[in-house]
Amino acid sequence: MNHAAELPLWAAIAVAAFLVMGAALALIGAIGFFRLATFYERLHAPTLGTSWGTGGVVMASMIFFTMIGGRPVIHEILIGIFISITTPVTLMLLARAALYRDRAENDPLVPPSVASSNFPPADESKS
Amino acid sequence: MSVLPYPLLSASLLLMWMTLNSFSIGHFVLGSIIALFASWAMAALRPHRPRIRRWHLLPQLLGIVLYDIIRSNIAVVSIILTGRTTRRKSDFLTIHLDLKDTTALAILAVILTATPGSAWLEYNSVDGTLLMHVLDLVDDDAWTDLVKNRYEKLLMEIFE
Repeated sequence: MNHAAELPLWAAIAVAAFLVMGAALALIGAIGFFRLATFYERLHAPTLGTSWGTGGVVMASMIFFTMIGGRPVIHEILIGIFISITTPVTLMLLARAALYRDRAENDPLVPPSVASSNFPPADESKS
Repeated sequence: MSVLPYPLLSASLLLMWMTLNSFSIGHFVLGSIIALFASWAMAALRPHRPRIRRWHLLPQLLGIVLYDIIRSNIAVVSIILTGRTTRRKSDFLTIHLDLKDTTALAILAVILTATPGSAWLEYNSVDGTLLMHVLDLVDDDAWTDLVKNRYEKLLMEIFE
């Protein structure tokens, strides 16, 4: 990026801060995959990358190209919007596949399906 | 069939087209044509049409959600980095939802999923039961209160 020198200092700091924050969140999400114990806990780790991980990189990109181009460049925000909308689809598919598997194996830690009409009261899922 | 069956969809598509290309008259015309045809294609699928009743509450919802996402990002990062496994209890949580509007439910699913630390797992549309998983479940009631009063109440005001 030979244009980078044209950036004013405050913009360079903001871009760097957002970029490092987004990248760090994605990395920590990956570490979470490694450290968390169960499948359902690991479900939460990648949402770091899809929420403010993406958000940080998108913000950095918007500030950088707006300053370089001299006109507002905001189409990156669409990436953020579409990632937010599509993440739940994948996550629910994975989670329900895991629930199905664990129920088939009669895992005592997994609550019974709420999809059946006669599901037990909420407190029975723990103990 | 009306000329513009999904005005919100058409407007969003036009806005997206112009953000991706440029804000000029030429792209306005081209984008309008595409948005028009896309909304006719959508009409052929006959999806449920969302009805937003209180527009002015949307910025408030967006603000609350963005704030909560930042807060829970910090919480989950600290859990992963410090590796708190002894005090922390992650568990399933069942919540009864009064929300019935499908668009509002979809938005609630996006909110709960986008917020690290909570995940939407299963929903039974007959009796409105939601099964979710929470990474750091300190207090069942606090989480139920968060979903019911912070998000669901506002979504019900907007959509129902």
